[in-house]
Amino acid sequence: MTLFEVMDILDAKVLVGREELNVEVKTAFSADLLSDVLAFAKAGSLLLTGLTNPQIVRTASILDIAAIILVRGKIAPDETLRLADELNIPMLSTRYILFETSGRLHAAGIVGCVEKVGRDDSVAL
Amino acid sequence: MNLNYENSFTIEGGNFEDAGKIAVEIKKTLKNMGITGDTLRKTAIATYESEINIISYAKRGVINVRVTPECVFLNIKDEGPGIEDIEMAMREGYSTASYRIRELGFGAGMGIPNIKNCSDDFELTSEVNKGTHLRIVINMNNS
Repeated sequence: MTLFEVMDILDAKVLVGREELNVEVKTAFSADLLSDVLAFAKAGSLLLTGLTNPQIVRTASILDIAAIILVRGKIAPDETLRLADELNIPMLSTRYILFETSGRLHAAGIVGCVEKVGRDDSVAL
Repeated sequence: MNLNYENSFTIEGGNFEDAGKIAVEIKKTLKNMGITGDTLRKTAIATYESEINIISYAKRGVINVRVTPECVFLNIKDEGPGIEDIEMAMREGYSTASYRIRELGFGAGMGIPNIKNCSDDFELTSEVNKGTHLRIVINMNNS
């Protein structure tokens, strides 16, 4: 689906990258932990997060993330928006919480960029 | 494609605002040289995680990047507290990060394991109260 459809599904505002809404996405990763984003997110995915610092943009640039979706109605500070513009990373903001944002996109056909991590025996009960 | 390059980047500990700037710059340089795919992605992640580590824990550090037609060599040296227990530091989820680091979204104990996952050859040595030294080799894509 295109970022334009993503925007529609999430009733989102475009903060950066109004001209890039025809970019196609198929996968996403949701997290408020950049450590995990760096370890698990894949190129071309959407990044759904509640963080707003400039490091979300640098992380997205390092991983070739297609676009950042800020959840829970967050608006990033100017320095983050400037950097997103400079590094060419589209950024949207939705009022939906992270769970709802993920669920709505998944229902519309976007899947996780990984389904599970680790080995099946790695969770000790 | 001219695959010969070497440069060093100095990073000041505690400079959280700029965290990631150097890694983004290194990635851009390598991309412009024509490096793509896994080699570019692994180098970008390894330098980014290393830069965050220097800023988070060390007084200062240097990331040296050397590119040859066969490999990318990363030589990362810092002056700082060092790592007391390397075996623990290699374990996913183990972290000694401060609140400031966690607030940025880092410090979840994934950094060093993630650097290792991105490396074709990886060597970590450390001396407590002196510093840490990482030597990483990333092979060029088989293309």
